[in-house]
Amino acid sequence: MTDLALDKPVPPNAAGPNRTAPTARRGMVRPSPTALGVGLLLAVAFGLLPLVGSEYLFDAILTPFLALALAGLGLNILTGYAGQVSLGSAAFMAVGAYAAFNLSLRLPELPFVVDILLAGLVAAAVGLVFGLPSLRLRGFYLAVSTLAAQFFVQWVFNKVGWFSNNSPSGIVTVPPLSVAGLALDGSVGRYLFGLSVVSVVTLVVWRLVDSPTGRALAALRDHETAARVIGLPVLRLKLLAFAVSSFIIGVAGVLWAFAYLRTVEPAGFNLDRSFQILFIVIIGGLASLRGAFLGAALIVVFPLALARLGETLLGGLFDSGVLEMSQRIVLGLLIIAFLIAEPAGLSALLDRLWHRIAGRLTALCSRLCPRSGSNRSV
Amino acid sequence: MDWSFFTEVLVGGLLSGVMYSLVAIGFVLIYKTSGVLNFAQGALLLFAALTFVSLTERGLPFWAGIALTLAAMTAIGALIERTVLRPLVNQPPITLFMATLGVSYVIEGAAQLLWGTQVHGLDLGIDDLPLEIGGVLISTFDLFAAAVAGAMVAGLTLFFRYTRIGLGFRAVADDPLAALAVGLSLDRIWTAVWTASGVVALVAGLLWGARLGVQFSLSLVVLKALPVLVLGGFDSIAGAIVGGLIVGAVEKLAEVYAGPLVGGGIEGWIAYVAALGFLLIRPAGLFGAKPVERV
Amino acid sequence: MTATPSEAPHLQPSATQPQAAPSALAVDGLSLSFGGVTALNGVSFTVAVGEIRAVIGPNGAGKSSLLNAVSGLYRPDSGRVWLGGHSFAAVPTDRLAALGVSRTFQNLALFKGLSVLDNVAAGLTHRLRAGVLAQVIGLPTARRERADAYDRAEALLAFLHLEDARDRPVGTLPYGVQKRVELARALVARPRLLLLDEPMAGMTLTEKQELTGCIRVARDDLGATIVLIEHDIGVVMGLSDRIAVLDYGRLIGDGTPEAIRNNQAVIDAYLGVAHDLEAGEGI
Repeated sequence: MTDLALDKPVPPNAAGPNRTAPTARRGMVRPSPTALGVGLLLAVAFGLLPLVGSEYLFDAILTPFLALALAGLGLNILTGYAGQVSLGSAAFMAVGAYAAFNLSLRLPELPFVVDILLAGLVAAAVGLVFGLPSLRLRGFYLAVSTLAAQFFVQWVFNKVGWFSNNSPSGIVTVPPLSVAGLALDGSVGRYLFGLSVVSVVTLVVWRLVDSPTGRALAALRDHETAARVIGLPVLRLKLLAFAVSSFIIGVAGVLWAFAYLRTVEPAGFNLDRSFQILFIVIIGGLASLRGAFLGAALIVVFPLALARLGETLLGGLFDSGVLEMSQRIVLGLLIIAFLIAEPAGLSALLDRLWHRIAGRLTALCSRLCPRSGSNRSV
Repeated sequence: MDWSFFTEVLVGGLLSGVMYSLVAIGFVLIYKTSGVLNFAQGALLLFAALTFVSLTERGLPFWAGIALTLAAMTAIGALIERTVLRPLVNQPPITLFMATLGVSYVIEGAAQLLWGTQVHGLDLGIDDLPLEIGGVLISTFDLFAAAVAGAMVAGLTLFFRYTRIGLGFRAVADDPLAALAVGLSLDRIWTAVWTASGVVALVAGLLWGARLGVQFSLSLVVLKALPVLVLGGFDSIAGAIVGGLIVGAVEKLAEVYAGPLVGGGIEGWIAYVAALGFLLIRPAGLFGAKPVERV
Repeated sequence: MTATPSEAPHLQPSATQPQAAPSALAVDGLSLSFGGVTALNGVSFTVAVGEIRAVIGPNGAGKSSLLNAVSGLYRPDSGRVWLGGHSFAAVPTDRLAALGVSRTFQNLALFKGLSVLDNVAAGLTHRLRAGVLAQVIGLPTARRERADAYDRAEALLAFLHLEDARDRPVGTLPYGVQKRVELARALVARPRLLLLDEPMAGMTLTEKQELTGCIRVARDDLGATIVLIEHDIGVVMGLSDRIAVLDYGRLIGDGTPEAIRNNQAVIDAYLGVAHDLEAGEGI
């Protein structure tokens, strides 16, 4: 075996959709089931929901869901893809929110879209600074050091009145949302704005994790030494992960403040929020784009469901204190259960379910019409 | 500079540092034997203090309360070990850490569901009167806490040095597989370790509870222990003590001398920043050995 | 062999080569110890360009430490490493790939969450010139160089009979297959120097024979100089041009397989621990 043809280009074979990245690699895009699913989802989210949804659905469920999903997406880049655990996500949300507030307050001539981008960049810059320890620290040491970001940033926003325009209570109301002269301050408007931002960012993230750089991040996560030996710029990749992740979490903070709460206060970005975002990523599935959305959906919906359930079962006994405590317990149990039973999260759970359904369907299909059903790809 | 004032602040800081060490030691015990950074240590501390207070408030005598609480702590430890940590054996340490984060949520919720959310006062019968020693005012309570902590560390040291189970513990910490191979019962050792960390949680919970009142925020003292661990290394009891002293002193000195310049309230993060700065110089902490990577 | 422009630096002559004959690798008086335990003790030897050079020795002789020092994972206490005409007191690991050095590890060091193809293609990532933004936007240059890298990776999968595993996450594959994936990742960048740390550990006889062939081809057709740690003495004798023997961190023999076979010091060292030869290191 002498002719290895290592230098001859291999003819682009009919590459099946890659498991981790369902896309045809060489630009030949064939509508895959995933693409169809995403298209359908977007059509419903943009087209149908605004027509039929209630104010409660947007204000209490969908808008916070979008903001948290985005934060989960950002943390997933750092933790899921690059393998660096952070316990300080809420700090970067706060940076994004306060940056956007101050930009819209102090530079009102800037369009809000620019505010968002700049707020993201500010969060990215702060993320870079707090990402510096990752160049020397790993594992627990790094996780603990990200707590420094959490406490320091919260303290700064508490102490320095300038950030909250010297508001005596520390709570500031953000200006109503409007993009290009279009007022978006209603429930539906704020939801649609959040949805647009999340869609765009998700598209970019998907491109990123599917790129050689995204693969390099995963390589770094799986084996740092090997990554170094094959010449990956490990330090640069780590900082990139921190910057991109913080950017996205910062934008999520903007959504949280401007689209969901319409106020900003430091207490809203406390350690519990950071844990919440971490839980979203764990429950949803590490290193999975879908995971952030699934996890956020669960985190937003389950307290509401639990409240309903408690009221029906226990009636008056189920007061807000009991509710809060049972939420804590259930959330903790969920985390433990997922880590033990399904470490790859809801995303993998859904995958398996889908495989089973698809398997049943193809079996059924091949029984009905023997020729089709062989071309199944998931 | 007023040196006697400085000394007073320093001593006060060192003594409150002992309280941090107390919490950190609970972490170290678990970390050494099972490689888990047990975030639930704070929740356990809360649970212990809350259980004890609630029992004595219901008329149980002091020692009966202590005994019952200890039994409960051992049971909880065993439960965590069996139901959470064992199924996750061989998982990456960070996964175990996140699992204990979940555990802490469960325990915090359960403790308050069980005993209520109101703040309980806890009187250990120690007056917090300032005591003058060599011209420096020192809190009696701090001294008492330091003495208790010292006694506990001495007790643990004796236990691990001279009892069979203690020796087993050290063997497991050194090399779990080898310990298993020579016939040590991991079950018994782990039970012992969780009991020991339960004792530490109870002692720390009582002291902290007497200081702050027994309430939810008690579980947040875990956040005070983390920089201590980072400084002293996750696996060194000596490190936990020295780290605690350093963190206590730095915190108090910074609060008194630097705090006014930046508006105060810096004790929430100064320990983290100090620990971080230190880590950047010595990534393995004060006592940790530089790990040799085997590839 | 036609080389693409990106490979051109490989063919350039090295700047300064102190030795008389050009060598791909030279270590000079390398010493290394861990907390009082000596792993390497003044080891010196050279590897000629185009050579297959085996390093053998009993357990704990310092073989892996040697490779780790050469690839910069360990910092030697003293001595120097010459790589491609440059001399290092401590080899900068980040520059290994650029220096044309790649390696495999004694215990697998793969990217478990990535597919086989992605693992192999990662071996070429350091050559990519497009920035993150260009990759995300999908500029033509970024797409082209990526497609090129994946084509090379696919060719290597074919060479090592890994096509069937192409899209499988590497963590789910059997040990022997993972070993081959690691070799593919090391070979895909067409290294000038390839360091193999027990590539055949845990393989069946057939697999070993196949891999022996692959290593020969890597040298003969891909032009790689090869340094190989291996316990199977039969493989070593048949495959290598020269053998270095380590014992307790010292070089106790250096020469052709024939010379090593008759070297009294080597025989003495090995007779005492002969059972280790087949047992493997297992650490």
